[in-house]
Amino acid sequence: MNPPDGLEVQIWRGGAEGRFQTFRVPRRPNQTVLDVVTWIQREADPTLSYRFACRVGVCGSCAMTVNGRPRWTCRTHVSKVAADGKLTVAPLGNLAVIKDLACDMAPFFEKWRQARGRFEAALGRDDPLVPVSPESPERRAADAAIECINCAVCHAACDVVAWRADYLGPAALNRAWAAWNDVRDGDRTAVLRAVSGESGCGNCHSHQSCAEHCPVEINPTRAIAGLKRAGLVALLKGELR
Amino acid sequence: MTARLFLVQRATALLLAPLVLVHLAVIVYAVRSGLSAEEILDRTRGSVGWGLFYGGFVVTVATHGAIGLRTILIEWAELRPRIASAAASTGALALLLLGLRAVWAMTMMVAP
Repeated sequence: MNPPDGLEVQIWRGGAEGRFQTFRVPRRPNQTVLDVVTWIQREADPTLSYRFACRVGVCGSCAMTVNGRPRWTCRTHVSKVAADGKLTVAPLGNLAVIKDLACDMAPFFEKWRQARGRFEAALGRDDPLVPVSPESPERRAADAAIECINCAVCHAACDVVAWRADYLGPAALNRAWAAWNDVRDGDRTAVLRAVSGESGCGNCHSHQSCAEHCPVEINPTRAIAGLKRAGLVALLKGELR
Repeated sequence: MTARLFLVQRATALLLAPLVLVHLAVIVYAVRSGLSAEEILDRTRGSVGWGLFYGGFVVTVATHGAIGLRTILIEWAELRPRIASAAASTGALALLLLGLRAVWAMTMMVAP
C-alpha cells in the first residue's frame, strides 16, 4: 500500500536558543526518522546539522528527541511514531545543543571516565589467562549491561540528570556496573569508590525511564541498584575510604 | 548523595516502617477509646517505654527527613550540596528540638 501524502516535519534549528522550522517531506515505505532528517538535509536545506554514522543501530550516534521521546532515529520507523503524518524532531535533552540536532556529547563521555567505566588489568601479557565462566553471576551481570551503544538516550530520558547536572547518569553507571563485574579487573573497589560519591549511584530515584527508553533493552536501573548494593557492602567493610 | 548518606537514609527508613505502624496504632487506640487529654497524659507521664519509643521516633524522623530534604533542595531548588546540607541540617535540628521537647513534656513534666 502506498503511504498517504507527505509528512509535516518540524525540526529544531539553532542552538540553546532557536525555533522549530517546518518542512514537507515525501512519505516513503519503511521510512525511518533518520531517512526523513537526511532527506531534509539533502533536498531542502543543506545547512541542517545532525549526526549519524552506521544507520543500522550499532554506532549510537543518531539519537534525537522524536515527538517528545528520545529515540535512535535510524531504527525508528515513521509509521510507528507519526501515524498522523506529523513529526517533531529536536536534539537530545540533558545535553547542550551545538547546532540544530547535534548535541555536545563531551560531558556525557566525561561522566563515563568519572565513573571509572574502564578495565584496569591486574596481570601482564605473559601471565596465564584468567578463566571466566559464562555461567558465573558476575559474567551474567556484565553480559546484561555490556551491549550499550553509547547513544545517550537513557541520559536524555533521566529525570535526575535533568535535575542535577553533576549526576553521573544511567549510561556511565551501567558501564561502571559492567566494569565492576569484570573479575579480571585489578581494582574493582575503585569502581565503587568512583560511583559512591556525591554525584554517584545513590542519586538514582529508580524511575526507570532509562530502562523504558533504552533502544537495546538494557536496564540501567538494575545496574545502578547493583552498584548501590555493592557500594553499601563495601562501605560497611570500610573499603570506600 | 554519598554512599554514607544513602546507608543512613535506608537504615532510618527500615526503622521508620515499624515505628510508623506502632504510632498509627497508638493514635487509633487513643481516638477510638475516647481518651481525654488528661487521660492520655496520665498514661504517658513517667512512662520510660513511651519516652524511649517517641524519642527514638523523633531522632529517626529528623535524620531521615533531613536527608530527603537535602536531596529536594539540590534537585529542585538547585542548591549546591554543601549549602543544601547546611539548610537540611538546620531543619533537622529544629525538628529534633521541637520533637524532643514535646516528648519530654509528655513524659517527664508533672501535672500542674
